[in-house]
Amino acid sequence: MNELNHLTIAAALQGLATKTFTAYDLTMACLMQMEKHRELNAFVTETQDLALQTAMNSDIRRAQGQAMGALDGIPLGIKDLFCTEGVLTTAGSHILDGFHPTYESTVSANLWKAGAVMLGKLNMDEFAMGSSNGTSYYGPVTNPWRRKGDNTRLVPGGSSGGSATAVAARMALAATGTDTGGSIRQPAAFTGIVGLKPTYGRCSRWGIVAFASSLDQAGPMCRTVEDTAIMLGVMAGYDPKDSTSVDLPVPDYRKAIEGGVKGLKVGVPKEYRLDGLSPEIAKLWEQGVAWLKEQGAEIKEITLPHTKYALPVYYIIAPAEASSNLARYDGVRFGLRVPGESLDDMYEQTRAAGFGKEVRRRVMIGTYVLSAGYYDAYYLRAQRIRALILKDFTDAFKDVDVVLTPSTPSAAFGLEEKFDDPVAMYLNDVFTVTVNLAGLPGISVPAGLDSRGLPLGLQLIGRAFDEETVLRAGRAIERAANFTAKPEGF
Amino acid sequence: MREIPVDEKNLIEGKTGKWEVILGLEVHAQVISNSKLFSGAATAFGAEPNTQVSLVDAGFPGMLPVINEVCIEQAVKTGLGLNAQINMTSVFDRKNYFYADLPAGYQISQYTQPIVGTGTIILDLPEGKRREVGITRLHLEQDAGKSLHDQHPTKTYVDLNRAGVALMEIVSEPDMRNSEEAAAYLRKLRSILRYLGTCDGNMDEGSMRCDVNVSVRKPGGELGTRCEIKNVNSIRFVAAAIEYEARRQIEVIEEGGTIKQETRLWDTNKGVTRSMRSKEHAHDYRYFPDPDLLPLKLDADWVAKLKAGLPELPDPKRARFTKEFGLSDYDAGVLVAEKETADYYELAQKGRDPKLTANWLISELFGLLNKAGKSITESPVSAQHLGELVGLIQDNTISGRIAKDVFAEMFETGKAPGAIVAEKGLQQVTDTGSIDASIDEILAKNADKVAEYKSGKDKLFGFFVGQVMKATGGKVNPAMLNERLKAKLNG
Repeated sequence: MNELNHLTIAAALQGLATKTFTAYDLTMACLMQMEKHRELNAFVTETQDLALQTAMNSDIRRAQGQAMGALDGIPLGIKDLFCTEGVLTTAGSHILDGFHPTYESTVSANLWKAGAVMLGKLNMDEFAMGSSNGTSYYGPVTNPWRRKGDNTRLVPGGSSGGSATAVAARMALAATGTDTGGSIRQPAAFTGIVGLKPTYGRCSRWGIVAFASSLDQAGPMCRTVEDTAIMLGVMAGYDPKDSTSVDLPVPDYRKAIEGGVKGLKVGVPKEYRLDGLSPEIAKLWEQGVAWLKEQGAEIKEITLPHTKYALPVYYIIAPAEASSNLARYDGVRFGLRVPGESLDDMYEQTRAAGFGKEVRRRVMIGTYVLSAGYYDAYYLRAQRIRALILKDFTDAFKDVDVVLTPSTPSAAFGLEEKFDDPVAMYLNDVFTVTVNLAGLPGISVPAGLDSRGLPLGLQLIGRAFDEETVLRAGRAIERAANFTAKPEGF
Repeated sequence: MREIPVDEKNLIEGKTGKWEVILGLEVHAQVISNSKLFSGAATAFGAEPNTQVSLVDAGFPGMLPVINEVCIEQAVKTGLGLNAQINMTSVFDRKNYFYADLPAGYQISQYTQPIVGTGTIILDLPEGKRREVGITRLHLEQDAGKSLHDQHPTKTYVDLNRAGVALMEIVSEPDMRNSEEAAAYLRKLRSILRYLGTCDGNMDEGSMRCDVNVSVRKPGGELGTRCEIKNVNSIRFVAAAIEYEARRQIEVIEEGGTIKQETRLWDTNKGVTRSMRSKEHAHDYRYFPDPDLLPLKLDADWVAKLKAGLPELPDPKRARFTKEFGLSDYDAGVLVAEKETADYYELAQKGRDPKLTANWLISELFGLLNKAGKSITESPVSAQHLGELVGLIQDNTISGRIAKDVFAEMFETGKAPGAIVAEKGLQQVTDTGSIDASIDEILAKNADKVAEYKSGKDKLFGFFVGQVMKATGGKVNPAMLNERLKAKLNG
């Protein structure tokens, strides 16, 4: 592992600081890995020239002894949901054909301000709707992991599937993701990396193509908890341009992670022991409990009684908001336009051609649940239950500091599986959606391999704006799990 | 809805008897603010198309609305000016529909929880009558852009300058019963908005637009089905549209038809309302709270501060003018209708006779301004100059008659009355010696008439007055002339 693209952010920062290598070398190593594994289809757009130019600028700054940012010279991938100035931004959709924003999302701008280098834009499920990266107009992304002795191509999870694959396949040191129902944590679990969904309001949503505004949150996807802490520290922060972002100081997350879990109260929700939960997942979960206990944490069984409603509630609220958020893709001002006989005809032609099947399905569900006569029965009711789900957590956090659950109900599945059954696909989010509905921070940390050699993750959920505890507990799991496995050939 | 006794004068005679007209108004008032409701783009009227458009207004991906606090302040002020309930928590909702001039595919508006609740407005009706009309609510919403269908034979152009501009939708109760009341409502509302500085009320620029809800019923009976006449752009047209629409509905019902609840348009050229081509799809706006905006919470101290800082509004000002200046209710009403007039008046009357000042303003200045098509703010005669003129009359420097000539010249040239009087030597003659001399001269010239007068032809008195005035250029003080002349003729 002398290749630079295998370094963690922390190690790379060290190497850059000691001038062991340059940002240019580091970036070049990533670009070469991207080229070598293009068949994984992780990137929609590669920005080689921009990457090398930015890396060189970082090297010049360093040579001249200028002030360096927290991520100076670190090459990253950016999920294609983040608008990037002058660089094609697709949201994985045909409807944004040729869309080159004239603006930079706040989160990516924060990264560039800290000196980070953009390698390119990462593939994703169309408009972040999916759990396999199979709905992208730009084709599915392949997980670098394979089952032992089986060459079936597996999904990286979704919607941040390109991000997960790029990080796991050592193309990028880290990537940005977004998480509406599990879109960071599920692919992180499927690819053996760390993924953090911050508290709603912790990172600005400005300049991120909206899927479900009350649930969407940007977060980092990295190879270690420490890297996750470094990335989050740069991405997070109040943004007056996002009325839902919260004006709180950003703590030094990196400092927080090594505090240990001695005396920490860890909740284990009994409702997450689903009927038919795979024994392997159950075992891993128990292992996680044991690891934390060994390190001095106090384990408590807790109850989150409304958990079983979370998935249906999510599949009402998210499509409802999406149906409205996606109305702006009408062929009038940007992206794809299919001409029509009339304005309505143009809308219909454009949207029929521009949106894939899953997006159309969710727009229809969302339109339905908001329509007159159904609003109270679906949307309003879902909002009420959402409040109860939040209350479950608020009550639980009176007794515990962090909650431990599995990240996903299974390991990564095959590219051809589950596509005909949207409900089976939706079940992937069963452990993660509650966190979005409650607006809380959650992290998935790789914790082991299943019997077929695929990575599995454990999830830690914390109090609102208490990412520090989540990272600290995540670090404890990471330390105990000592997850060093890598996908074969990477 | 208030219980309003049926007034015979309001009823419309149909074939089957008399009908009562029920009217409610929805006014869209454009908020005076430098930037839009949720973006920093400018709001000035008349800019080149698509030059005042931010990425938020154009509905670009990832763009988010941020509430403009000035617009909130304006809405709260307006609510306070309408004696209305200020809702300390209100919610912005999305109203979803597709149209080319609605870039996001939804309008941000307020649906179930508006910023302002019920209030009242007092109508000033002819013959000094007043009546209270209820305000149902006031809410904030974004304006849409403008579709231009006349720029190209087959294409529609879209101008987004207006997209996102803040509007206050002010909804009245169905408390009005004739077109005159509707007109009075609009005039009063416009007056209050202008006093508050929250909307300029210019209907011809579209910054105040009106939808009229009209229904008819048998006097005091069950409410009829209403039709909404959209976007009527002058007070005169509102009245005309109501007159037409009420009669149309009566005719339909009397001929055995039923009124369909629908939206109608006022055709200015033909003077009729007609059904808007019903859209192929019935609109279901799918309102839901905008997840990009948190519920708007107001601070009680902030609202109290706004309330304390409100300007004096037309109703209290009229009451003060009658009390403080002894004006008639009618004159006070005329003076307070526009804030600028009221301010002008108060400045002009300072240190002068307030009633005399009011008379000069209302009969003389308004007359000339109307003729010249000018508003009070464009008056060539300043308030100070009008006051000075009144002063000159009061201290007998000039007579009322001379004052009219001076005033005409003031209006023409903008000069101060004192300067005109001095320049032209128009000072009134009050020196008895000089008056006597003038009288003697006239009497001497007209010895025959003097004799006739003395033999009983009293009417000739006026002739002598006229002759003296003529000879002196009207400068003699009329009262003194009367007194001296009488003494001489009868002496």
